[in-house]
Amino acid sequence: MNIRALILPLLRPQRLFLLALAIVLVGWSAVTLNWSWIPDYWHNGMILRGLWTTLWLLGASWIIGFFCAVWLGLAQAAGPWYLALPAKGFCSLIRGTPLLLQMWFLYYGLGSLFPSIPWIRHGVLWPYLREAWPYGLLSLTLSFAGYEGEVMRGAFKGVAHGQLEAARAYGMPRLTILRRVWLPQAVRNVLPTLGGETVLQLKATPLVATITVLDLYNVSARVRQETFIIYEPLLLLALVYMLITAIIVLIFRRVERQVPTRMR
Amino acid sequence: MLVSLSGLFEPGHALGLLAWDSPGWGQVFATGLMHTMEVAVGAYALGLVIGIIGAASKLGGGEILRDLFALYTTMVRAIPELVEILILFYLVPQLINSVLLSLGFERIALPQLLVGIVVLGVVVGAYMTEVLRGAILAVPHGQIEAARAYGMTPLMIAWRVIFPQMMANAIPGMANLWLNTTKDTALLAVIGFNELTLSTLQAAGTTKAYFLFFIAAGLIYLVISTLSGRFFAVVERWARKGQPVRRAGSI
Repeated sequence: MNIRALILPLLRPQRLFLLALAIVLVGWSAVTLNWSWIPDYWHNGMILRGLWTTLWLLGASWIIGFFCAVWLGLAQAAGPWYLALPAKGFCSLIRGTPLLLQMWFLYYGLGSLFPSIPWIRHGVLWPYLREAWPYGLLSLTLSFAGYEGEVMRGAFKGVAHGQLEAARAYGMPRLTILRRVWLPQAVRNVLPTLGGETVLQLKATPLVATITVLDLYNVSARVRQETFIIYEPLLLLALVYMLITAIIVLIFRRVERQVPTRMR
Repeated sequence: MLVSLSGLFEPGHALGLLAWDSPGWGQVFATGLMHTMEVAVGAYALGLVIGIIGAASKLGGGEILRDLFALYTTMVRAIPELVEILILFYLVPQLINSVLLSLGFERIALPQLLVGIVVLGVVVGAYMTEVLRGAILAVPHGQIEAARAYGMTPLMIAWRVIFPQMMANAIPGMANLWLNTTKDTALLAVIGFNELTLSTLQAAGTTKAYFLFFIAAGLIYLVISTLSGRFFAVVERWARKGQPVRRAGSI
């Protein structure tokens, strides 16, 4: 994008006024608000640790969830009824109940069940199952899979039938058709939706703080509890989330631009 | 049949913990559900008001108003609801109290329900603004020009031409938003508002019957979303009355 197009709209009088107001506000909050806690929490690594936890939870749940969503979408769009029905039920279940309820159900429900089962109690996975993050990751993943499964159902159905027939005529095996023709075109059509859903997924990650995972949100909650400073950690938190959202939007915009425009 | 069913709710039986009276938790559950519905309806109504004002000012307001609402919708939609709820949870009572104090009144303790409605309403308002704005933009411009040529006043144009035609476009988005609102009420659990999800955790934590209570709560949410879906389908059919039928899946 050229610089003039970026700057010129900002030079209108009312925008200049808003810009000045924003600068004054930022300056005011930098001077009068209490930011003295930042060096402490930076040096003890809490801020970075929280940021890292948030980001990898987002990334991992996105990747695993999307992988599941492809199959959920495929089952609903083209599968036989005994696959389509459970897939549809799963998506409705996930989309019809709050994520917080699902997360608490997994964490408290399964968390109270597991210790009473001997082979889990003494199993290899027990050290992990005692921690909170697997439950957070699992519920975030299931949630993303549920929502994206619905998106992918529409996406798979939206691919022109001729494309699939042509691929079949070339003698491609079914998995190759999926990998080379069906999936790429389906994903292309829903890229804008996927971008929005990724932002929603980012906004869902702080829920893991309610089950004691130390993510970015939980770090700010801890600052609030330890220093009794209320607004400053929350404001910084909001700013960081806005930055991550902006990055996600930019990434998806870049990917969308790579997609060749369709000729009709 | 009915007798044997009600026997399930006796203390010590399968669903005994869901019975209405103590030792059952039915009443706690019902209170939680009521709070959830109150907040959802209140926040949705407030969001609708904000959304109408926001869409009107984004489309027809002055440039400053347009920028301000653009800022509002962008920020609210970029920050996690949980963070917004917490910020507003501290900010709204403080603002109201400082206004009251400066006017010479006493400091008041705001009821949690009201804070919940305001906090969630501000969030819903941002999404509603976008839904309504999109729906209004989808009304063919020629319609509005024709109405203007007839000499209709802006209010008449809004009521007679824009409103009936935008509703059909707005209903799906509004239905989605309503479902999200009912689910987002669960987030108020983090500020200690005892809606359905928090009541569920309390009941489950006390009795250790996690599966029973969480599945029951999940079913209630599913019933709410299913009924809402039916309701909005009827409303959409009403709103599309007289419009050409759109093929399913032609998005």
